[in-house]
Amino acid sequence: METTLQGLSSRVKSKKENNFQKFEYINMIYLAIDLAFILEKLVLIAVIIVISLLVALYSTYGERKVAGYIQDRLGPNRAGPGGIFQPFADGIKLFMKEDVIPNSSNKFLFILGPAIAMTMAMLTSAVIPWGNEITIGGRTISLQIADINIGILYVFGVVSMGVYGIMIGGWASNNKFSLLAALRGASQMISYELAMGLSIIALLMITGSLSLKTIVEQQSAGWWNILYQPLGFLIFLICAFAECNRTPFDLPEAESELNQGYHQEYSSMKLGFYLFAEYVNMFISSALMSTLYFGGYDIPFVNDANLGQSIGHNWLAVLQAVSLFAKVGFFLFFFMWVRWTIPRFRYDQLMKLGWKSLIPLALINMVITGLIVLIKENGWPF
Amino acid sequence: MNITHILFWILTLMALGSALMVITSKNPVYSVLFLIATFFAISGHYILLNAQFLAIVNLIVYAGAIMVLFLFVIMLMNLNAETEPQKNKWLKFAGTIAGGCLLLIMVAAIKDADAKSTIVLMKQGETGLIHNLGNVLFKDYVVPFEISSVLFLSAMVGAVVLGKKE
Repeated sequence: METTLQGLSSRVKSKKENNFQKFEYINMIYLAIDLAFILEKLVLIAVIIVISLLVALYSTYGERKVAGYIQDRLGPNRAGPGGIFQPFADGIKLFMKEDVIPNSSNKFLFILGPAIAMTMAMLTSAVIPWGNEITIGGRTISLQIADINIGILYVFGVVSMGVYGIMIGGWASNNKFSLLAALRGASQMISYELAMGLSIIALLMITGSLSLKTIVEQQSAGWWNILYQPLGFLIFLICAFAECNRTPFDLPEAESELNQGYHQEYSSMKLGFYLFAEYVNMFISSALMSTLYFGGYDIPFVNDANLGQSIGHNWLAVLQAVSLFAKVGFFLFFFMWVRWTIPRFRYDQLMKLGWKSLIPLALINMVITGLIVLIKENGWPF
Repeated sequence: MNITHILFWILTLMALGSALMVITSKNPVYSVLFLIATFFAISGHYILLNAQFLAIVNLIVYAGAIMVLFLFVIMLMNLNAETEPQKNKWLKFAGTIAGGCLLLIMVAAIKDADAKSTIVLMKQGETGLIHNLGNVLFKDYVVPFEISSVLFLSAMVGAVVLGKKE
């Protein structure tokens, strides 16, 4: 009896050890992160962050120039040739201003608010494919920080976190106008997230993949998704405007009714962060729209694979990145164009548009897309 | 100590630490923010277990939607550390004992369970990946899935009806 028990326990023990070894072994396979990999990703992250910030910086300049053009005036033209150094002058001005933290505010959350707004604006860039692979010294580097198989859901996760930057900042200021503006902003973003999600579900039915890289590859092999999903794109575009708090949806900072909105108490670079996060958001949503509906880094009217064979893969990747940035540039211009053309909605109109027009439209779009996909897969049933 | 262990301990410390802060902080807004941090840590654990879909849905639904509503209520009611009602000492004492009993029973139940001796195979199982999850949900468990969605729909209709009552 005792021997059998011992035998059993030793068997169990050996099984456990076996399991443990297997566990270690698997870990070694899956998490063999070498130094070169970490370095490669760090460099990529740094480059993408710097590019996003630069684009956002020059978007502020672009916005003022576009505004000048639309309103038939010159825009900034003093700092450097054609006012090209204006963003740096603005940045230095914001840094030099006195940094006021109101006495009655919650100090920690007051500082946390703009930090969250900025971080959440940058986070989405991790899953956007900025170009195909490049090869340096025999090492293939993908121009995408992380190709995760839940890419689009990740984008949604980050978008839904974006509310906190506004809410925390508005509440911590301890000012009723800030608080009201923050609550407005949060309810606006929540409302438009729904329609955005529904419009993307229709897109996912067509692509059958959540990975942004796969979606881009499908588009460069076939047609761009805008041809299959024009209504879905329109809904997504409107919701992107609302998520970025841009005119005509800039109610959280409606200066005529709420003074400055949620950042009324902010000054110096903390205010700069809030203003800057808006431009980073614009840049990232433009990149997302290009990726989902306009072929991403696909070069239009050219067969990318053939071009790659004639000029080499690295140059192809560079051209693809340029192509993506051209599309992004167009969308950035579109954001500004709308801002200086269309007046702001009233709050009840905004809610009516979101809940009574966009969500039903997105649902109809989803049902029709589902039906078409079903018929395409299984044939006409009657 | 490989990288998985390090991540595991960091996430565990973060989850437990912020969960403790949820119940100990005086300011309700801090409690909500720490609860969000707890959800982030738990999502990290899901990712270590290769359940990416669960991880991201946890973030979207709990941290992104439900917690925003919590914050809404707390901010609009202007609950601060000063207005937070302080329960009397005996009530706190009773609460601690009741919570301790629950902890004791859970530890006792888990102590002899089979699950304890099963070693989690990290980064293995493919069930948590969205492709497999979709196949299982829409092929093997269609009927329960549809029934639960009807349940959700009725909850939504109920919320709208309650909200419309003036």
